[in-house]
Amino acid sequence: MRKVLPGFGITLGFTLTYLSLIVLIPLSALLFKTMSFTWEQFEAAVTSARVVASYRLTFGASLLAALVNVVFGLLVAWVLVRYEFFGKKLIDALVDLPFALPTAVAGISLTALLASNGWVGQIFESWGIQLAFNPTGVVIALIFIGLPFVVRTVQPVLEDTEKELEEAAACLGATRWQTFARVILPAITPALLTGFALAFARAIGEYGSVIFIAGNMPMVSEITPLLIVSKLEQYDVPGATSIAVVMLAISFSLLLLINALQAWQRARSGSPA
Amino acid sequence: MLRSGNCAINIYWLQVNVMISYARFLRACLPALAVMVTGIALAQSPVTLLNVSYDPTRELYVEFNAAFARYWKAQTGQDVIVKQSHGGSGKQARSVIDGLDADVVTLALAGDVDALYINGALIPQNWQQRLPHNSAPYTSTIVLVVREGNPKAIRDWDDLVKPGVRVITPNPKTSGGARWNYLAAWEYARRKYGSEAKAKAFVAALYQNVPVLDTGARGASITFAQRNQGDVLISWENEAHLLEKEFGNRVDIVYPSISILAEPPVTVVDKNVDRKGTRKVAEAYLNYLYSDEGQDIAGKNYYRPTSAKAQEKYLKQLPKLPLFTLEQAFGSWARADKDHFEDGASFDQIYTRK
Repeated sequence: MRKVLPGFGITLGFTLTYLSLIVLIPLSALLFKTMSFTWEQFEAAVTSARVVASYRLTFGASLLAALVNVVFGLLVAWVLVRYEFFGKKLIDALVDLPFALPTAVAGISLTALLASNGWVGQIFESWGIQLAFNPTGVVIALIFIGLPFVVRTVQPVLEDTEKELEEAAACLGATRWQTFARVILPAITPALLTGFALAFARAIGEYGSVIFIAGNMPMVSEITPLLIVSKLEQYDVPGATSIAVVMLAISFSLLLLINALQAWQRARSGSPA
Repeated sequence: MLRSGNCAINIYWLQVNVMISYARFLRACLPALAVMVTGIALAQSPVTLLNVSYDPTRELYVEFNAAFARYWKAQTGQDVIVKQSHGGSGKQARSVIDGLDADVVTLALAGDVDALYINGALIPQNWQQRLPHNSAPYTSTIVLVVREGNPKAIRDWDDLVKPGVRVITPNPKTSGGARWNYLAAWEYARRKYGSEAKAKAFVAALYQNVPVLDTGARGASITFAQRNQGDVLISWENEAHLLEKEFGNRVDIVYPSISILAEPPVTVVDKNVDRKGTRKVAEAYLNYLYSDEGQDIAGKNYYRPTSAKAQEKYLKQLPKLPLFTLEQAFGSWARADKDHFEDGASFDQIYTRK
């Protein structure tokens, strides 16, 4: 069969070379460093109690933050697409700020705000809730850095869905909830899933903003990237890369799963979005 | 005709003669000239040193570098520019091993400098014997910083394990300063309660009171002073004085009954200075730390000078207290790391035994 577009061979070649250079070679160096461990050492390094507790925190908090971002990111995207109001352009630009801000700055400002003597922190403190220096702080920081991913992936898709479809649904007697669940949601689910995957992946790897707000207590609020850094500080390179390899494996399978979910959803709803 | 021709030849001859003698003169002078020119170039081309140091020495080296530049200019006529790099001690050692072009390192603990030998072969094994006082031109110690008026009545190490006292100290896995803190508390308890097991229980109780483990000493100071976390900060002495200067009306310094003598060592990074040809000036730089002016600057920046003269001068702000050395209490950094900070060692056990 003749392809519609020419140059398949050369572009595929370029893609593979480029991916190898940028992604695969650094990652294989990681595996290579890990090879200096025996299997027992590897297992001991990646299953020690502290490391396991940090996986739980990193993946749990990332999942939670990504879920929150899906809900509120969709809301923000909805408002930005469907309504006209004064200062919309400004708010639209604000969404991207977490992309641009150095993560350490984000972490320090969030900590200053949420610590028990900060503007927000002292209000919650009076209700007996601590926002900083515990896992709650980690989730908040991850929500902050993940927000733009969901908004920016959902926004264009939402712009493309026709308003007429909703009107038609309403005319045919659908309730507002039915219109949302049966008409709008299927159209934007792939984009939402992509946004979720991006926000989730970004949160797993996040270091700069989290270490300032986490409190970094072993077994409680220590994220996996911090353990990797502290292993490097102890010149334990194979130990650090072992944990990194496990993190990569988990992240990769999760992303693969999300991709599969997306494909399945597309096939089911029959939309080429 | 003939005469005038003759005259022309004469003049020509004269010119040639003059030119030849000029050339001779030039040739004779050339070596001298060359020496002069390169001499000027040598004296005027500034040499650059990179001093890779740890977190709280920023202010100290800004002042010392200026003093050394003046001294070196007066001695040799050459300008010297010293660049500084600061960060967690372990991280800085790591960067030098990975290729950061340091001429000298001035780190928080000998263990981090040892890494330059063990992990990078950048310096000889006996580096610590090359300069006086175990290569530590100034020392420091670990003290306690409390809130103004000392509301929790913290006087000594054993007040830190009382229920309800919240202690701020960085993570010893990532911070050199935090290792000194940890070891000081450990040795205090071993001396007071008489056994390793009791020391271990004491330190475990202390860390139960720690709500936040920052990654570095500066971070812990900020958490304590600006974020208002905790009742007491375990801190470098010089960092404590800086805090008092900055937040004078909000914090007090408490000197415990006994503490550890921290010896932040310095060394030339042999492999780098030999390649760059900066050994002479780098060695002079470190030696100048031991001079009267260097010692005075250390004292002024709240480091404990090693010379008796400067010690005398700064006795008021750096009071005498019983100090034990790491070697007396723990043998060596290698031993201390193995017993306390490696994976699964005493620090990890505090958190994983539960």
